[in-house]
Amino acid sequence: MLKLEAVDVAYGHIKALVGVSLEVREGELVALLGANGAGKSTALMTISGIVRPREGTVVYNGTDLAKASPFDIVGLGVIQCPEGRRIFGGLTVLENLRMGAVRRADSSGVRRDLDFVFSLFPVLGQRRHQTGATLSGGEQQMLAIARALMGAPSLLLLDEPSLGLAPIVVQAIFRVIRELHRRGVTILLVEQNVRQALAVADRGYVLAAGRVILAGSGGELRSAPELEQAYLSTAPEAGR
Amino acid sequence: MSALELLLQQLINAVSIGSLYALMAIGLAMVFGILRLINFAHGDLIMVGSYVALLLQVLGLPFPVAAVAGVAASTLAGLAMERVAYRPLRGAHEIAMLLTSFSVTIFLENLAIILFRPTSRPFPAPAVLRSVITMGQLRVAGLDLIAIAVTAVLLAALTLFVRRTNIGIAMRAASQDLLAARLMGINVNRVIATAFAIGSFLAGVVGLLWSARVGKVDPLMGFNPVLKAFVASVIGGLGSLPGAVLGAYVLGGLEILLQGLLPSALTPYRDALVFAILIALLLFRPNGILGSTEKEKI
Repeated sequence: MLKLEAVDVAYGHIKALVGVSLEVREGELVALLGANGAGKSTALMTISGIVRPREGTVVYNGTDLAKASPFDIVGLGVIQCPEGRRIFGGLTVLENLRMGAVRRADSSGVRRDLDFVFSLFPVLGQRRHQTGATLSGGEQQMLAIARALMGAPSLLLLDEPSLGLAPIVVQAIFRVIRELHRRGVTILLVEQNVRQALAVADRGYVLAAGRVILAGSGGELRSAPELEQAYLSTAPEAGR
Repeated sequence: MSALELLLQQLINAVSIGSLYALMAIGLAMVFGILRLINFAHGDLIMVGSYVALLLQVLGLPFPVAAVAGVAASTLAGLAMERVAYRPLRGAHEIAMLLTSFSVTIFLENLAIILFRPTSRPFPAPAVLRSVITMGQLRVAGLDLIAIAVTAVLLAALTLFVRRTNIGIAMRAASQDLLAARLMGINVNRVIATAFAIGSFLAGVVGLLWSARVGKVDPLMGFNPVLKAFVASVIGGLGSLPGAVLGAYVLGGLEILLQGLLPSALTPYRDALVFAILIALLLFRPNGILGSTEKEKI
């Protein structure tokens, strides 16, 4: 479904991704793990067309995303819920959700998805006329996920959905991720919360200093000694 | 003239001039909100529209036709400005965009000087725009009432646009978080072009009202309005549309207030005093009246 092959990304002289290859198959939940600055978010931004790779291909159902605009990529159903939530604080909950569906023309489907996200996150339904800025951090994260779901994703990119949230909210977010996976939504999940991520993921990749250093099933990765190292070491070969 | 009549008279003056500033300030604020660009060339759109309206009247066309054509010319000029001067700079540094806006201004003003001579020309306006309504001691210019009414209608339409339509909501979204807007699939180029089109349309309307008010046009006529509109949007909070409107009326009110209160020897320093008051205001609210002071939630 999605296939990255030998992708290089650089910001000026700093190499963010080096020869990254990874794959997400239809219906899978794939975790992308790694320490801060390992290149996880860069990988998602490359898939979304915000960052352009220097080398390599990003193919989604036969289309090269490396040459497509973010506008077109959303049109293909590849929707990202970015790190830090980035909801529109001055817009109401409903307006935020409407912007999530801005590329869609099927108004009956949009109405159905609105009911769906309100059933996933009842609190958003209660606060539908409040502005995003008045929501709590956890509610904002729910809104960010709900907004992405309003785009009817065929591939959902989730960047650090549990970051900075209270444990009980983290549990709720992961419950929803599991529910979406059960419903057949294909998900690429970037997480710092390794244990939680590997508990829900079918497979995972571990990035360190812009390279894939480990790949395997959730169970394999959990027991891999290199996993801990990827987080503990700052990878001295970085950037070379 | 009784105190009440005087107050009413000055209120109408303040709201009328504030309305013109508001229409200008919205155009600046819309573009700044999304691009972080202070488009100083915005003032020259007034000049473009006014000259087109003047030219067509000289050619013998009736005022309404010339007026519509003038507003259309401003709108098209604004769209062309975005396409030619600013779109190639997408993602460039804010200073680069600001400098570009200065060069667009210099280009347009000198083009107008070459085409139309640097001297001012009288701007013919129909009788209704020059009428004066007398109510007791009160003398109200028809133009003031028209400016207020036109602005009220345009502000109402604009409010509906940014609250109800997809592209209007997308415009607000893009001004809050451009990256998130792109990730949602909002067509940012279209949103920016729309912001320029609306702002330029409003500038065209201001051009007609302004030219009719002062009775003449000249190639540099856009400078003063854009400066005032810039100040208005800074007072209100740069990038905020309600802020721009509020700031415009505050500025208009201050000007008229000082005009009325200052002894005649000091009236030439009115603008200097107005700006001094604004600097004092900004010391207390650096982000303007409606500018956000809120910190990002963690």
